[in-house]
Amino acid sequence: MSKTLIRGAKVLGGEPQDVLIDGTVVEAVGTNLSAEGAEVVEADGKVLLPGLVDLHTHLREPGREDSETVLTGTRAAASGGYTNVFAMANTFPVADTAGVVEQVWRLGQESGYCDVQPIGAVTVGLEGAKLAELGAMHESAAGVTVFSDDGKCVHDAVIMRRALEYVKAFNGVVAQHAQEPRLTEGAQMNEGVVSAELGLGGWPAVAEESVIARDVLLAEHVGSRVHICHLSTAGSVEIVRWAKSRGIDVTAEVTPHHLLLTDELVRSYNPVYKVNPPLRTERDVMALREALADGTIDIVATDHAPHPHEDKDCEWAAAAMGMVGLETALSVVQETMVDTGLLDWAGVADRMSFKPAKIGQATGHGRPVSAGEPANLTLVDAAYRGQVDPAGFASRSRNTPYEGRELPGRVTHTWLRGKATLVDGKLT
Amino acid sequence: MQRHLISAADLTRDDAVLILDTAEEMARVADRPIKKLPTLRGRTVVNLFFEDSTRTRISFEAAEKRLSADVINFTAKGSSVSKGESLKDTAQTLEAMGVDAVVIRHSASGAPYRLATSGWIDAAVVNAGDGTHQHPTQALLDAFTMRRRLVGRDAGLGKDLDGRRITLVGDILHSRVARSNVDLLHTLGAEVTLVAPPTLLPVGVETWPCEVSYDLDSTLPKSDAVMLLRVQRERMNAAFFPTEREYSRRYGLDGDRMAKMPDHAIVMHPGPMVRGMEITAEVADSDRCTVVEQVANGVSIRMAVLYLLLGGNEPAVSHARPTEEK
Ligand SMILES: [Zn+2]
Repeated sequence: MSKTLIRGAKVLGGEPQDVLIDGTVVEAVGTNLSAEGAEVVEADGKVLLPGLVDLHTHLREPGREDSETVLTGTRAAASGGYTNVFAMANTFPVADTAGVVEQVWRLGQESGYCDVQPIGAVTVGLEGAKLAELGAMHESAAGVTVFSDDGKCVHDAVIMRRALEYVKAFNGVVAQHAQEPRLTEGAQMNEGVVSAELGLGGWPAVAEESVIARDVLLAEHVGSRVHICHLSTAGSVEIVRWAKSRGIDVTAEVTPHHLLLTDELVRSYNPVYKVNPPLRTERDVMALREALADGTIDIVATDHAPHPHEDKDCEWAAAAMGMVGLETALSVVQETMVDTGLLDWAGVADRMSFKPAKIGQATGHGRPVSAGEPANLTLVDAAYRGQVDPAGFASRSRNTPYEGRELPGRVTHTWLRGKATLVDGKLT
Repeated sequence: MQRHLISAADLTRDDAVLILDTAEEMARVADRPIKKLPTLRGRTVVNLFFEDSTRTRISFEAAEKRLSADVINFTAKGSSVSKGESLKDTAQTLEAMGVDAVVIRHSASGAPYRLATSGWIDAAVVNAGDGTHQHPTQALLDAFTMRRRLVGRDAGLGKDLDGRRITLVGDILHSRVARSNVDLLHTLGAEVTLVAPPTLLPVGVETWPCEVSYDLDSTLPKSDAVMLLRVQRERMNAAFFPTEREYSRRYGLDGDRMAKMPDHAIVMHPGPMVRGMEITAEVADSDRCTVVEQVANGVSIRMAVLYLLLGGNEPAVSHARPTEEK
């Protein structure tokens, strides 16, 4: 079996150590390790993290392979340091049956770059009316544990209640895209001073907050757990904080872009900033950072949303919503959380690997970097600074808001069960 | 002046006064037997209308023809514009044809800004109304009308609207005319008050350079001009207000209300007027109502804007006249 010796890596940002991989597992962690015939990777004080886990990725296959495929998406994931991604259900056809989730799962297995766990739709066709066969998707080869109509909100209170109750049978979780549909009709950006000035339809914070408030109460009422996708407002943070203090089993995620960007950027009318939920205000950004630091927000999820160039190179109103995120997530988290002193690298490992794996029950991922554990690892050159160049992205789409922006950190190596998927920043 | 006219907010006080003064010169052309200047001879202007507006298009077309420009009308309504990429495609087609200026009307806010800044086209871009964002030439023609009526036709030259009190009534939320007017009137020194039910005022309006009131009656006695905005009947179904009757009771302008305005005060409307809900026939037909003048002034303003954006170093009208008389 092949061996790899990672020499002098700061495991979770701690003192430099050596990590020896034997086959698919970590054999040893310590100082002055040596191994006959092992391939040696000089880490030179780079940060070694458990392979990242993304609970919220859009891989677009089946149906929109011009945007992304499972293969290109998992290559992008490996480039960004991920070893496991959860693929959202809003594909064509929708992943609302055992057949579709098995197809996505199988494509993930074949890709070899990153494990893919399909998310199943909560309702048939994401239409919000009728529960999809949640149990069948769970029992399929894909073993679905997370259910979401993401892209749309499960708006009907009864359907949401039933979904929360039903998945208790197999400890599933419903991941809610919180967006009150009537309050967001015609919405184009955050409702506020900027939207009023630009004449773009407003997406008010309360449209997110009111749904989160309802759903945490529903979860409490039926004794289930609920996960809130991409929190974007200070008010949402307050509601989740209150729910947790009350003992409600709620988890929440924030995207890297909501930790960094504000609605002021929309003044450019450049659709690269058009995303759902929309970019909010500076005050919201600061509240989200604090909440991620203090654990109110459990995890960072990318909401990687690839779109082809022509869907963004147009006027704002006609442009698709979403941005790619897998390849820049760690850099943005370093910029907003690590370099600001809000989180250390152990905290990053917690928010981007341990906790998302736990919420999604990704077995074999989000494990400690210690002997006997699966060798899912990511090596980060945290001292690196450079401009983002989308031309180098592995994702099929390049709709990034960071083009030309200087961001810190670079993933240099990724190992999936001991096999290198990324070496010196290049995919294998 | 900037190379494009996208938003009234882009105009400095001096830019705005220059446009108003130039429009006065252009207005004289309309009084001549031959209403034509050679200023834009050989220049091509495209009226690119993605949204229906016969009034605005005809006004621009008249302005362009009076300046002797070659005019191309492109109406995209009903074609596949909803796909979005066609704005870019159309722009590149026009670019290939060597167009000098594009007058664009679009239902999407920001479309003219995108057209001017995305490198799709080199031509000067004039915003003829985009979504609920801006309609700068409308604001300019309104200011022009106010200056003529409140300051005077010749006395107004070089002057702004310092200290004049202007009230805008109606659907501020969905109105690009209101946005453009607030920006421009503030720049010109006027004091603006917006009057509407709270449902028809945008979030964050308290940060705008104007006063806000829910009460029309208390605002009228201190207004030099009252501009009524179109309230679309569909808004009623979306619960912005309970009934037409209630709206017109609280925010409609009838003869009794008009009597509360100072004697010199004028009534304005960007048109088309729907008599009944927002304005009664009595008010619309009174000589205090400037609707017809606004239409005529629109042509002068659009001539001035196109001349200033495209005329470059060609002689201005006032200099052109003696040359013609030789
Ligand atoms: Zn979503």
